[in-house]
Amino acid sequence: MIAASTVDPAWYLGLGAVLFALGATGLLVRRNPLVMFMCVELMLNAVNLTFVTFARELDDVGGQVVVFFVLVVAAAEVVVGLGIIVSILRRTPGATADDVSLLKG
Amino acid sequence: MLDLTWVIPALPLAGFLVLLAVGRRLGEPAAGWIATLAVAGSFVASVVVFFGLRGHEEHHFTQTLFEWLPAGGFTVDVGFLVDPLSVTMCLFVTGIAALIHLYSIGYMHGDPAFSKFFVYLNLFVFSMLMLVLGDNLLITFLGWEGVGACSYFLISFWFSKDANASAGKKAFVTNRIGDWGFMVGTFLTFLALGSINYLDMVEGAAGLATTTATAIAFLLFVGAVGKSAQLPLFVWLPDAMAGPTPVSALIHAATMVTSGVYLMVRINPILTQSADWVPTLIAVVGALTALFAATVAIAQNDIKRVLAYSTVSQLGYMFLAIGSGAYVAAVFHMVTHAFFKALLFLGSGSVIHGMDDEQDMRRMGALRKYLPITAATFIVGWLAIAGVFPLAGFWSKDEILLFAWEKSPALWAVGWVTAVLTAFYMSRQVFMVFYGEPRWTDEGTHAEGEAEQSAEAVGAEPTSHQTQAAVDAHHGGAHPHESPWTMTTPLVVLAGLAAVGGALNLPFDDEFKFLEHWLEPVVIGSEAHSTASTALKIGLAVIALAGSIAGILIARAVYLRRQVAPEKIEKPILADAWRYDAAISAFVDGPGRKAFDGVAWVDRNIVDGAVNGVAAVVRTSGSALRRAQTGYVRNYALGVAAGAIVLVGVFLFVAVS
Amino acid sequence: MEAAVFAVGAVICVVGAAGVILNRNPVHSALCLVATLFGVAVLFIAQDAHFLAAVQVIVYAGAIVVLFLFVIMLLGVDRAEDLGEEPLVGQRPAAVVVGLLLGGVLAGTLAAATITGLRSAGGAVEAEESTPNITQIGRLLFTDYLFAFEITSVLLVIGVVGAVLLARRSSAGTNVDADEEVDEISSPRDREPVEESA
Repeated sequence: MIAASTVDPAWYLGLGAVLFALGATGLLVRRNPLVMFMCVELMLNAVNLTFVTFARELDDVGGQVVVFFVLVVAAAEVVVGLGIIVSILRRTPGATADDVSLLKG
Repeated sequence: MLDLTWVIPALPLAGFLVLLAVGRRLGEPAAGWIATLAVAGSFVASVVVFFGLRGHEEHHFTQTLFEWLPAGGFTVDVGFLVDPLSVTMCLFVTGIAALIHLYSIGYMHGDPAFSKFFVYLNLFVFSMLMLVLGDNLLITFLGWEGVGACSYFLISFWFSKDANASAGKKAFVTNRIGDWGFMVGTFLTFLALGSINYLDMVEGAAGLATTTATAIAFLLFVGAVGKSAQLPLFVWLPDAMAGPTPVSALIHAATMVTSGVYLMVRINPILTQSADWVPTLIAVVGALTALFAATVAIAQNDIKRVLAYSTVSQLGYMFLAIGSGAYVAAVFHMVTHAFFKALLFLGSGSVIHGMDDEQDMRRMGALRKYLPITAATFIVGWLAIAGVFPLAGFWSKDEILLFAWEKSPALWAVGWVTAVLTAFYMSRQVFMVFYGEPRWTDEGTHAEGEAEQSAEAVGAEPTSHQTQAAVDAHHGGAHPHESPWTMTTPLVVLAGLAAVGGALNLPFDDEFKFLEHWLEPVVIGSEAHSTASTALKIGLAVIALAGSIAGILIARAVYLRRQVAPEKIEKPILADAWRYDAAISAFVDGPGRKAFDGVAWVDRNIVDGAVNGVAAVVRTSGSALRRAQTGYVRNYALGVAAGAIVLVGVFLFVAVS
Repeated sequence: MEAAVFAVGAVICVVGAAGVILNRNPVHSALCLVATLFGVAVLFIAQDAHFLAAVQVIVYAGAIVVLFLFVIMLLGVDRAEDLGEEPLVGQRPAAVVVGLLLGGVLAGTLAAATITGLRSAGGAVEAEESTPNITQIGRLLFTDYLFAFEITSVLLVIGVVGAVLLARRSSAGTNVDADEEVDEISSPRDREPVEESA
């Protein structure tokens, strides 16, 4: 068994909430697509932190396994996402998120 | 024997179908004979059923053919109710129809649509028989509508002339107004009694609330007013004279127009149960109609129009009888009227035929010598309708006046005045047509112009073998000739019936009142019984007879002896039927049109506006909502985040509270 | 002891996150992201998730962020972005509000909730001495979560293929983009012709 944590898990969860909120705000505010993507990564990390906290709290390794998978999927996602960004920016260099507004209706 | 009931309507139906299929190929006169034999067979069947009912221990017999409308709580069977009333109707309907079919063979000779005429006639007889034999209101309504439709077909038989087509439409539309009353009455009957079967209605009538019975009776009376051409829906009957004369005789004198009377007698238990003002209303409407029509008839110049208004007037008598509670008298008059009115119409048709389609009485005269059989039979009919003792009309009209006196002397007075006028205008007609100087000999262009005018005005009947030009040419010297045996035989038969028809219900002694005893099971409980003394009865009869004779004498003074100028009596307003039609047209054109415009406005703006409004709302809300689709990813992300907040917030809220 | 570690790690995380969203130069943002990732790794270690901490550093900080930097350099978007202007009306205040609210509700959930999770059957954490963390994770991966593991590997292959396809240039010199067929649609910035490089 793990030694009981001296830090109340709520702190970790609170930190996760803060990171998530920061990531969300960044996503909404920034226009550079790459920076927006980085904010997405921030949010994912916040989630990972939360999962690990719960894994320890609930005495369940499954939580850590989930984090593992999140990591892998995030990696794949970054690969594809950056590929898309490259395609777009190659055609219109200097484009921002606001320039991709073809669905306007 | 009673099981043969279904044969009665089946034979005309078979005739209709056969003629529909091969009538044109059979042509003249085979098509006519087939139709006549079908109806004659129906008459024979009616006689058989009549004797069957006489020997039956119960007073009615039902024969159900099949279930027509099984609709949950509402089931309607196609069935026949054989009781004294329906058998009486069947007898005289089929009998007179057979005679008229025979007559038509001669009358419609040479018409290119000969077989079509008999197709319609047979269909009409079938519908009429369904009407009277049906055992519930819906079968009666089937027949009701059927005779209305056939009336339309037959009135506008020569539809190439616009006036005839319009007359047909007018009849149909006016009937429809009455039919509304019939339908709503039927609905109400079903609602109140749970059944529209006549036997159930008779049983359940006593249990009806007065208001319900009043409503049902009133609504069915509205239907009767339309079909039987009473005020205010009589306007179609004079115009219906545009149809061939046999049609006028059969439909608009003897059978279809009596459907309303039949209906009223049928529902007599409900009438008895209703509030007092309903029978009074019926009596008043009948009396006023009788008077109104009689006043108009004295100024008509078309030979058939006089008889048309006369029919309206006599129907008014029948309703007066019903309103006074004298159902037997109403039926009695219905039967005798059928005899002499059919006779008069057929006779006038014979005159028209003999005068080569001349219908204006002002151009006739002294035809006694040329059309002897027609004249003799016509005179019998004249005396009958005028109420001269001892012909049929005297007895039946007297019954009605007696009960009218017992209901209210004022009604009796109206009836008496009408009787005088009836005698007057019928005598006028007889004198103008058969007596006096021949007014059809000296002509020229003046006559042609007049002939055209009168032909236009009354919707004259061109038969095929006389083109209009030929008619005009002939006016130079009309050759009146007697009609063939197919036409005169029915005249003779009907004259005989009109003469002795009074024997059906002689008032002298109880044992002579055949019709009353016969109809007793149908009207028991509703029939008013006269409390008058014999002296009063005889007194009223004498006064009525005196009035009739006075009418005849006045007419003789004006039209035969030329002692008084006709213009003093034939006022133009009477010729215009008190400008009734003009009033209707003015109303429809004026306030009516405004109402229609109003309705159209509501439909355009409110109904369409609502529909379009919904579309407009959708459009504007769509335009407003589409502004959320900015195309910017960050806006969408904002939406997602906001939604996530809401969701988490909801869960939080639920968990906390 | 753990509290101190937590404090340090938390500070690094938050400062890094603020840096990511507030830096004008995207390269600086990337570097701040690295800082945050390190902070998270530290916190992982504090919670006895050693394997994950290692993987976090190797994969996230070592590969993903490097990838980000590659792309930034490749496309030359390292020019500073003007943070002052905001073309979308009302976006910035809304964003701030949303961020605050989001943090608020999440924190509220924490405060109002009690942790009552269901444990998985074979997932109990064993002491570090008896079984290393990596063994425990591996055991679970290859038994309970085997299917997900295999699917994830397939996903990686697909991702690689997709990325190659997306970023390919054909030898003839024309862009063989996956989205080539929408060539005719132009972006507002597309006034000057696209620079074609073979």
